[in-house]
Amino acid sequence: MTFTIPIDNGDSVKTAEADSQRTLYPYVTGTSIVAIKYKDGVLMASDMGGSYGSTLRYKNIERMKAIGKHSLLGASGEISDFQEILRYLDELVLNDNMWDDGNSLGPKEVHNYLTRVMYNRRNKFNPLWNTLVLGGVKNGESYLGMVSMIGVSFEDNHVATGFGNHLARPILRDEWHADLSFEDGVKLLEKCMRVLLYRDRSAINKLQIAKITEEGVTVSQPYSLKTFWEFKAFNNPTAGAEGSW
Amino acid sequence: MDLNLDAPHSMGTTIVGVTYNGGVVLGADSRTSTGMYVANRASDKITQLTDNVYVCRSGSAADSQVVSDYVRYFLHQHTIQLGQPATVKVSANLIRMLAYNNKNMLQTGLIVGGWDKYEGGKIYGIPLGGTVVEQPFAIGGSGSSYLYGFFDQAWKENMTKEEAEQLVVKAVSLAIARDGASGGVVRTVIINSEGVTRNFYPGDKLQLWHEELEPQNSLLDILNAAGPEPMAM
Repeated sequence: MTFTIPIDNGDSVKTAEADSQRTLYPYVTGTSIVAIKYKDGVLMASDMGGSYGSTLRYKNIERMKAIGKHSLLGASGEISDFQEILRYLDELVLNDNMWDDGNSLGPKEVHNYLTRVMYNRRNKFNPLWNTLVLGGVKNGESYLGMVSMIGVSFEDNHVATGFGNHLARPILRDEWHADLSFEDGVKLLEKCMRVLLYRDRSAINKLQIAKITEEGVTVSQPYSLKTFWEFKAFNNPTAGAEGSW
Repeated sequence: MDLNLDAPHSMGTTIVGVTYNGGVVLGADSRTSTGMYVANRASDKITQLTDNVYVCRSGSAADSQVVSDYVRYFLHQHTIQLGQPATVKVSANLIRMLAYNNKNMLQTGLIVGGWDKYEGGKIYGIPLGGTVVEQPFAIGGSGSSYLYGFFDQAWKENMTKEEAEQLVVKAVSLAIARDGASGGVVRTVIINSEGVTRNFYPGDKLQLWHEELEPQNSLLDILNAAGPEPMAM
């Protein structure tokens, strides 16, 4: 039996081995998640699209969900696997509440649990085909981390998944700074989301921004961003060179 | 061009599910193909799970049948234990459970639709992979590719039962016109608080689309009707 390690290039894995014990490829996928730490906690943005190959099939999928009282989970990749992860976390939070001891799972614990789950599935060659972003605030401390489908896990001040890695992170590296206000944070995320809308084929113009602070999680209503097309160069780009693009 | 009669039975299919003000309307074509051959031209792809919940099946005929058989069995027991009709959400979740946990082996996309006293009419789409998406309307099967634009334009909230059924019939009929894997008749199932109504629309009851001609018994009828001087052949 030949083994091939699944690589997250968004498309199918290179092997055709009919091994029923492994996830071969994703079907319904979500695109980038972008998240930053700011003054009061964490801000996270995602669009509401679920692509089916190249078809933009679902346009009302919430890819960010509150976990317990202190955390927010955003996911890109296969939506059915994300739904399964939410079920695992439901059970985790339920058991945590059953202790009834006044303590509650913080973002660091949830991130650690997810890392174990993702890495163990990877070791069995049957990954949950997601890249997860976990943000939260507990006892005044902000937390922002990421886990990939192969179990790579880390924390940072700003993270992005999928296309966001290539398009959003450079913007964040340049413009992020500590103690961003809510307004500046939202504008920064919107700048990233707009670029993704221009340049990511699987992005749709319907997004949500979620905020998590000591008070709790709020996910915004869905909304659309204005886009700009009035560059003179866009108007008649092939005027001097017919047939070019 | 090979007939390949050993190809697995697949329902190319167009399936549709639409909510309206008071319930849901499910619709489907009736073609089951084995490679290029039409194995069944009058299939019934809208399958009952309980008295108040039905499922539209697409993809592999065998996979969709066995999944719906299991879920019908589970729901039957669940209804006995619960003491009242199962909800649409529970039905959808059972389908999801089978679809997700066997995602490597199954090739079937399903649309679950029904009515229960808690949530009214609901439609759940369950594509390949086992994602569950609750939607005001859902489309599936190979013929659905031709309907994304149509629904983007034609769908409205709070339709009446008649408007919803007309929309479903029109949609399936348009998909049949362009998808080789869909064909036959249009079947619909309407589910609401009053119960379930099954309807059947054979080809001649449907509107004609672009480049489609009025069906005739024979050329001879056309020639004879053309007037006292039929063209010389």
